[in-house]
Amino acid sequence: MLLTPAAILLIAFTYYPAVATLGQSFFSAGTALKPSVFVGVENYSFMLDDEVFWQVLKNNLWYAVGTIPASIAIALLMAVWVNGKLPLRGFIRMSYFTPTVLPMIAVANIWLFFYTPQIGLIDQVAGVLGLTTYNWLGDPDTVLTCIIVMTIWKEAGFFMIFYLAALQSLPPELEEAAKLEGAGRWYYFRRVVFPLLMPTTLFVLINAIINSFKLVDQLFILTKGGPDNASSLLLYYIYEVAFSFFDQAYASTLTVVLLVSLAVIAIGQFVFLDKRIHYR
Amino acid sequence: MFRKLKTLIGGAALALGLSMNAPGAGAVELTMYYPVAVGGPLTKIVDGLVADFMKANPGIKVNAIYAGNYNDARIKALAALKSGKPAQLSVMFSIDIYELIEQGAIVAFDDIVETPEEKAWLKKFYPSLMENGMTQGKVWGIPFQRSTIVMYYNKDAFRDAGLDPAKAPATWDELVSMGKKLVKKSGGQTVRWGAMIPSTGYPYWMFGALTKQNGQVLMNADGNKTFFDAPATVEALQFWRDLGNKHGVMPSGTIEWGTLRKNFLEGKTAIMWHSTGNLTVVKNKAKFDFGVAMLPAKKSRGTPTGGGNFYIFKKSSPAERKAAMKLIRFLTEPGRTAEWSMKTGYIGTRPDAYQTEALKKYVAGFPPAAVARDQLKFATAELSTYQTGRVRKLLDDAIQAALVGKKSPQDALGSAQKQADRLLKRYR
Repeated sequence: MLLTPAAILLIAFTYYPAVATLGQSFFSAGTALKPSVFVGVENYSFMLDDEVFWQVLKNNLWYAVGTIPASIAIALLMAVWVNGKLPLRGFIRMSYFTPTVLPMIAVANIWLFFYTPQIGLIDQVAGVLGLTTYNWLGDPDTVLTCIIVMTIWKEAGFFMIFYLAALQSLPPELEEAAKLEGAGRWYYFRRVVFPLLMPTTLFVLINAIINSFKLVDQLFILTKGGPDNASSLLLYYIYEVAFSFFDQAYASTLTVVLLVSLAVIAIGQFVFLDKRIHYR
Repeated sequence: MFRKLKTLIGGAALALGLSMNAPGAGAVELTMYYPVAVGGPLTKIVDGLVADFMKANPGIKVNAIYAGNYNDARIKALAALKSGKPAQLSVMFSIDIYELIEQGAIVAFDDIVETPEEKAWLKKFYPSLMENGMTQGKVWGIPFQRSTIVMYYNKDAFRDAGLDPAKAPATWDELVSMGKKLVKKSGGQTVRWGAMIPSTGYPYWMFGALTKQNGQVLMNADGNKTFFDAPATVEALQFWRDLGNKHGVMPSGTIEWGTLRKNFLEGKTAIMWHSTGNLTVVKNKAKFDFGVAMLPAKKSRGTPTGGGNFYIFKKSSPAERKAAMKLIRFLTEPGRTAEWSMKTGYIGTRPDAYQTEALKKYVAGFPPAAVARDQLKFATAELSTYQTGRVRKLLDDAIQAALVGKKSPQDALGSAQKQADRLLKRYR
């Protein structure tokens, strides 16, 4: 009974759209002149033939591989560092967290001017060092890496906060005990701290994976998916199909694929990783 | 007791009814979305114009809503339409016309105009600006914030390279030869490029200029056939790529639309092709002597037009349509068109705007303002077809694939044409 308000909201804004999307993916895109009709799996077979779909899927996988491990590793490193006794600790923590607070669109605008050839920060520094300028965002071989680097910079600070909180909840006796036993700092980290952080790591990992499919704001500013789809990601492609091509049906199809793959990943993580994690 | 209550309630209801009706008697409320795609304080200018209109027409209330860029404006207007609380008119991308017709969203102006005077009004605009607003023999869009591409060039850089600053390149060959002279290197580094043509954001638009200059248009007037693999189209793309890869006049790879203006203002390129919508900003910010010229010619000069048109939505009452017409006519009067053009750099959409004292004086003092107008003679419609989003993206991808060297122009355009044919077949 007390759950009703929450349930209504969940059904109205989460389950109903998901089910409606699934339904829509079996219909053709309708217009005023041609109402939509049931077409079975035609949208799905079109998707399998769609070169752009495979390209953005491949990009998205590389994007995930590029951002997830790196941002988690950097987050952990930063957290361990700022957890120690440092001068200006609060200031350093804040500066690591700043990228997270900034809106993605603002960040992308800043980075656009980092990457811009000649007048960009990177090229100006390179110019001082006598290196040649480079068209970072204009080259399909480098553009995705540029996006990945920016995303890591944006995300690492966010994950750091979780690690920092977890580190501070570790009882100090553990470190003293380890010291008494003669364990080195690396050994202590590897055998004591890291296993105790596993629940946090799982949480961060799930967030990172979801974000790697969810964060596409920067593309609107930086590249619009170009050149020639070299930096386009799945969700950005869905946006293009839905709001630039006005093909709601095909957009629904792509959304279903995105939802299913995210669900599979999440379930897989819980099933496989859960066994290896110590909860206290 | 009950009676008293009844009269009380009745009176209250009456009072309520009156108070709701009183200001609404005969009043029409219009909602209009409009986009902004270039720099400058455009929202303030639009708000000012709309306020003037309401002062002159007390019976009409206009809510002018800034709706982001062209894409956002279309999405918002169509979403409002579906939600049942639609706008009555909007400024939207001129090339959205086929999409809007297919969605059954707009009415043709030919079906609204009544008096001979109104019919004559439809003919008052530059014909090349009307091209994107007409199909099936009817007018669907009235030009408002319209632009073309022009060539901005840095006269100081021209002097520096020993070129005549009064003479911008007028042909493709001159663009190459002068461009080569304008490239400035220092220690193996290019510190100034000869020219830059942006190839992100709206590559198909720039490409429309190159193809028109080579005597080729990109699509037919019914919007159901494209000419992406015509020999002249392929040649135009080859030239664009050669500017970067063969002649070294331009950086190779793609060139960012959003930062190009800054590149030009910082002197990193001597020439840029950009929208006339940037004219006022460049004028205010350039610290060097700059000139504006028509785009160079191969077979002829040429540029696509661009920008936004007024549309009137089908879901509107006759009174609302009438009021919307009034608003559109008000905003496109010669005097106001002149004011709009001076404040933004957009083209005055009708010849008589250039006959007004204000604009005459402005053009005399600032000749670049007339370049876009004079170029209209050579202008053609911007790429616009049925399924326009998809078709445009096919061309965009093909252009970028060729510019970054992933495919040859022939292959890239050939496959774009094949896919466009597949999309457009059912509209023929």
